[in-house]
Amino acid sequence: MKNLLKYLRNYKKELLLGPFFKLLEAVFELIVPVVMARIIDNGIGNNDTSYIIKMSGLIVLLGASGLCFALTCQYFAAKCAYGFGTELRADLYRHINSLSYESIDKIGTSSLVNRLTNDTNTVQNGVNMFIRLAVRAPFFVIGAAVMAVTIDLKLSLVFFVVAPLISLVIFFIMKKTVPMYKKTQQCLDRASLLTRENLEGARVIRAFSRQNEEIDEFKEAVDDISDNSIAVGKISAILNPVAFMVMNLGIVAVIWFGGKRIDVGRLTQGELTAFTNYMTQILLALVVLANLIVIFTKAFASANRISEVFALLPEENGTISEIDEKKADIIEFNSVSFSYAGAGDYSLRNISFSVKKGQMLGIIGGTGCGKSTLASLIPCFYKATEGTVSVFGVDVNDIENVQLRSRIGIVPQKAALFSGTIRENMRWRKSDASDAEIISALKTAQAWEFVSNSPDGLDTVISQGGKNLSGGQKQRISIARALVGDPDIVILDDSTSALDYKTDLAFRHALSEDLPDTTIVMISQRTTSLKNADKIIVMDEGEAVGIGTHEELIESCDVYNEIYRSQMNEKEGSTNA
Amino acid sequence: MLKTLKRVFSYAAPYLRYFVLTIVFAALGVSLSLAVPVFIGEAVDCCIGKGNVDFHKLGRIIVLLASMVVASTFFQWLMSLCTNKLSFLTIRDLRSDIFCKLERVPLRYIDGHTKGELTSRVINDIEIISDGLLQGFTQFFSGIITIIGTLIFMMAINFRIAIVVVILTPLSFIAASRITKASHDSYMKQSKLRGDMVGLAEEMAGNQKIVKAFVYDKRAEARFDEINKAYGKIGVKATFFSSMTNPTTRFVNGLIYAAVGLLGALGVVGKFPIIGVMTVGKLSSFLAYSNQYTKPFNEISGVFAELQNAVASAERVFAVLDENEVPDDSDKEVLESCDGTLSFSDVFFSYSPDTKLIENFSLDVKSGQRVAIVGPTGCGKSTIINLLLRFYDIDSGKIVLSGKEINSVTRDSLRSCFGMVLQETWVFTGTVVENIAYGAPDATREQIIEAAKSVYAHGFIKRLPNGYDTVISEDCGLSQGQKQLICIARIMLMDPPMLILDEATSSIDLRTELRIQRAFVKLMEGRTSFVIAHRLSTIKNSDIILVMKHGNIIEQGDHEQLLAKGGFYAELYNSQFAS
Repeated sequence: MKNLLKYLRNYKKELLLGPFFKLLEAVFELIVPVVMARIIDNGIGNNDTSYIIKMSGLIVLLGASGLCFALTCQYFAAKCAYGFGTELRADLYRHINSLSYESIDKIGTSSLVNRLTNDTNTVQNGVNMFIRLAVRAPFFVIGAAVMAVTIDLKLSLVFFVVAPLISLVIFFIMKKTVPMYKKTQQCLDRASLLTRENLEGARVIRAFSRQNEEIDEFKEAVDDISDNSIAVGKISAILNPVAFMVMNLGIVAVIWFGGKRIDVGRLTQGELTAFTNYMTQILLALVVLANLIVIFTKAFASANRISEVFALLPEENGTISEIDEKKADIIEFNSVSFSYAGAGDYSLRNISFSVKKGQMLGIIGGTGCGKSTLASLIPCFYKATEGTVSVFGVDVNDIENVQLRSRIGIVPQKAALFSGTIRENMRWRKSDASDAEIISALKTAQAWEFVSNSPDGLDTVISQGGKNLSGGQKQRISIARALVGDPDIVILDDSTSALDYKTDLAFRHALSEDLPDTTIVMISQRTTSLKNADKIIVMDEGEAVGIGTHEELIESCDVYNEIYRSQMNEKEGSTNA
Repeated sequence: MLKTLKRVFSYAAPYLRYFVLTIVFAALGVSLSLAVPVFIGEAVDCCIGKGNVDFHKLGRIIVLLASMVVASTFFQWLMSLCTNKLSFLTIRDLRSDIFCKLERVPLRYIDGHTKGELTSRVINDIEIISDGLLQGFTQFFSGIITIIGTLIFMMAINFRIAIVVVILTPLSFIAASRITKASHDSYMKQSKLRGDMVGLAEEMAGNQKIVKAFVYDKRAEARFDEINKAYGKIGVKATFFSSMTNPTTRFVNGLIYAAVGLLGALGVVGKFPIIGVMTVGKLSSFLAYSNQYTKPFNEISGVFAELQNAVASAERVFAVLDENEVPDDSDKEVLESCDGTLSFSDVFFSYSPDTKLIENFSLDVKSGQRVAIVGPTGCGKSTIINLLLRFYDIDSGKIVLSGKEINSVTRDSLRSCFGMVLQETWVFTGTVVENIAYGAPDATREQIIEAAKSVYAHGFIKRLPNGYDTVISEDCGLSQGQKQLICIARIMLMDPPMLILDEATSSIDLRTELRIQRAFVKLMEGRTSFVIAHRLSTIKNSDIILVMKHGNIIEQGDHEQLLAKGGFYAELYNSQFAS
C-alpha cells in the first residue's frame, strides 16, 4: 500500500486542505452543544429572551459556515481521489506494457485487466472516503473528549473507558472479516471465469447439450458467493449495534455520575445536557468510522493486488540502438537452447543456423516441436537459456527492444484484429503509414481484393475480435498488418493455415516479387509452402534434425522425407516443375 | 426507475419472511432506541441542582435505560442478519437467472456481443445491485421507522414545536432531489466512460503480446491516457455532486436543531404561551430527538444515490433477461437413432438479409459416406455446420436427418448425433481428464487415456507437470495443435454416429494428422461424416466432394471425377504443385 501513496504527491494541497476544512466544520459542529448549553443555563436561567434568540441565530450561522466548509472539503476530496486514481491507472498501464512475456504469463491477462480497472477504482474510493470521513470521525471523538474534559474532568473519565472499548470491538471485527472478504472475492473471481468460458465455448456446450450441467456448476459457484457473503455479514453486522450499545451505556453512566456531580454542585443541568449531546455525536461519528472500515479493508486488498503487479520486473532492455544494416547475416542462432520458466524440459536444444538478407527461412515440424518458440526468440520475447541469438550481428539481448521489434513484422498464429477501421489496424506497425503503403501491403497479402470490394474500403469497421470477417480474411489482414512499412524481417507463424492453396501460392509469389530484400521466416506445416525456401529447418522434439534446401533434405533427412511424402502421396514423382 | 425497482424486488419475493422479520426487528430495535431519549430527559429532570437530585428515581430510570439499550442492540443485530440474507439471496437468484438466460439465448445474441461486456453484466452489474440493495434494505426501514417514531415522540413532548419540525423537513428532500437530478447526468457520462475504458483495457491488455510485437505500447498508452483523463474529470464532477447531499441535509438538520432550541427555550421561559409547557428535561429530550430525526434523512438520500447506480445496472441485467430464448422443444420428438442419412433440400440462408450466402442448396448423403466441403474462405462452409446443428435456423427449405426433418425433433437429440471438432479450440479451466471427458462424463480413466492415445496426445499430456491431472485452460501455454488434439480426444471418447470436422486439423502437422486420420477412418467406418478442410490430402479419400463458391455448390463428385472435369476443383488442386 505504501508505494501507492506516491500518486498523491501532486495533490498534497487537496490532501491537506480537504481534511482541514472538514475539521473546521467539525469544530463548528462541536461548538453548537456549548451554545445550546448557554441557552439553557443563561437564556432560560435568566429568562433572557433576546439572549435565546441571538444564540439560536448563532447556531444557524455556525451551520451555514459548516456547510460551506464541508462542500469545500468534498470538492478537494473528489479532486484528490480522482487525480490519484487517474495517475495510478496511467502508471499501472504503463507498467503492464513494460512487462515481459514471462511476467504476463505469470499473472494472466484477465487478472491484469481486472486489477487495472476494478482494483484501481476500489483504492480510489478508499482515498475519497478517507479524506471526507476518516479524519472527521477521530477528530470528533478527540474534540468531543476535549470539550467534555473542559466541562468536567471527573465525568469525562467515562469517555476514556468507552472509547478504547469500541476500538477493541472494531479491531476484533476487522481481524476476523479481512480474510473472509478475500475468500468472497475469490468466489466472485470463479463465477467470472465460468461466465467467460461459457460465453467463449457456447457452441461446444450446446453441441454437447451440456447447458444444464453448466448451469448447475454456476449455481454452485453463486451459492458459494452468497454463503460467504452472509457469513461475513454476520460478523460485520455486530459492529454497529455493539458500538451503539457501548455508547448508550456510556450515556447511562454519564447520567448516573452526572447526577452525583450535580448534587455536589460541580455540574449544571445545562452542562449535563451538553455532555449527553457530545456522547450522542461521538456515537454517530464512530458508527460512520466503523462503516468506513469495510471500505478500507477492500481498498487495502485491492492495493495489495496492484502492488503485486508493480513488483513484477519490467522487461529487460538492451542499450544498442544503432544497427549496421549492411551486415550480411541478418539472423544467427549460435548453440541456442531454451526452456520456459517452470518447465521441466528444454523446448529447444542446441540450435545453430544463419540467414542472409533477403533469404527465406522455412521452419517445419510436428505439433509442439518448438517452431513458434524458436521464432519468438528472434524479437527477444523470451531470452535464450543458453547460446546467443543475433540480429544484424548483435546479440538481441543487447539491442534496444523498440529498435529490434520495429524492424520485425510479426504475424502471430492466431490472427487478432482490433476494433477500429481497417486503416487503423494496418497502422499498428507504422502510425503514419500512407494509404499507398497500406494498399501495397494488402495487395501482397492477397487481401486487397475483398477490402476494395467492401463498400467502405479502408474505412470498413472491424468489430471486436474481427467477428464480421471470415477466418481467411482475418488472417490476410493480419499478414498485411505486419508488412506495412517494409520491415527488415517478417516472421509468419503458420499464418496461412486458413488460406486455400491458390491464395497461399499467390501470396508466396507476391512475397518474393514485392519484397525481395525482406528476410522471411516462415513457419508452416506444408512442405509446398516452404519448397522454395533458401533454407529449411526441420524440427523434431526441440531439436533441429535437418537444415538445408528442399532437395538436400529429401536426400538426407528422414523426418522431412516422411512429411513430404505424406503430403504428396503417390504423386511424388510427377510434381517437380 | 420505479418499474425496474419493482422487478428487482420481485426477486426478493421468495424471501418474504426475512423481509417481514427485518421490519419487525427494525421496529423493535428502533422503538427501543427511540424511547431512550425520553428517559434520558426524565433522568436529567431528576438532577435539578446542588443537593436537589432524586437518586431513587434516577436509579430506577438508569436500570430501565440500560436494559432498553441492550435489548435494542440485540434487535438491531438480528435486523442486520435478515437484511444480509435478503440481499445476498436475492442477487444470488438474479445472477443465476442471467447466467441461465445466456445458456438459452440463440447463438446469434452471443455472437453479437463482446464476451467482456456480457460478463460484466453477470458479475459487476449485479455487484452494484447488491451494494444498492443491501444499503437500501438496511437503512431504509430503520430510517422510516426512526422518522415516524421520533415524530411521534416529539409530538408527545410538545405538539406545536413538532409541527415546526415537520414544516422544515421537506427542505431536506428538496435539496436532496435537486442534487440527485444534477448528478444523474454526470453519473451516466461516467458510466459510459468507464465502459469505454474497460473495453480498451481489455482489448489492449488482453492482447498484450501483440501490442508488444508491434511496438504499439506508446500509442496504446496515449489512447488509454485520453479516456483515463476524461474519466477522471467527469468523476470529480459526479462524485462532488453526489457528495453534496450529506452536508446539505446536515445543514437542514442544524436549522431544525436551532429552531427547536429557540422555540423550546422560549417555551421554558414562558414568554410565548402558544408554545405550551416545556421543561429543560423535555427540551433536552426534544433536542436529542431532533438529532435522531434528521440522521435517517441523510441515510435515505444516500440510499437514493446508491439506488440510482443500482437501477442503471439492473436495467442492463434485465435487458439480457428480456431476450428471447431458443424456443423450448421438449414437446418435439426425440431422435432415437441415427441411420447416417442426411439431405438438404432447396435450403436458403443468410446471416443478414443484405449479404446473401447459401442459396438453393441441395445435397443427398448416404449412410457411411464421407463428404468433403472445399472452397475459398467465406463461401459458406462453416455456415453449413451452424445449420446442421441448428445453431442458426434456415430461412427456407428443409434439412432431413435419418428421415426426420431437423426442425421437428428436439435440439438436444439432434446434436447428440454429431461429434463436432471446430476450427477454434475450446479448452476450459479444469484438468485434462475433465476436458476430455466433457461429452462423456461417465467415462473411466482408462477409456480417457485410450482416447488420448488414439489421437497421439498421450505423449505430451504425460509430459505436463501433473500429467492427466494438470489443470489447463485456454491461456495455459498449450499450443494450438495440442489443444486441438484434446478437443479431438473428446470426440473419440464420445463415439458419435456422425462426425463433423471443421478445419480441425489445420494447426496440426501432417504426420500427426495422418495418424489421427487413420484412427478416424476406423471410427468413420460405416459412419457418415462431414469434413471441411483445405488439405487436399484429407479430401482425396472422400466419397463426395462439394466445391463451394459464394454459397453455392458449383461442383460435386469424387476426386477423380472432379479432376477429370478440369474445373474449379482441378484448378485448386493443381495449384498445390505449382512453384
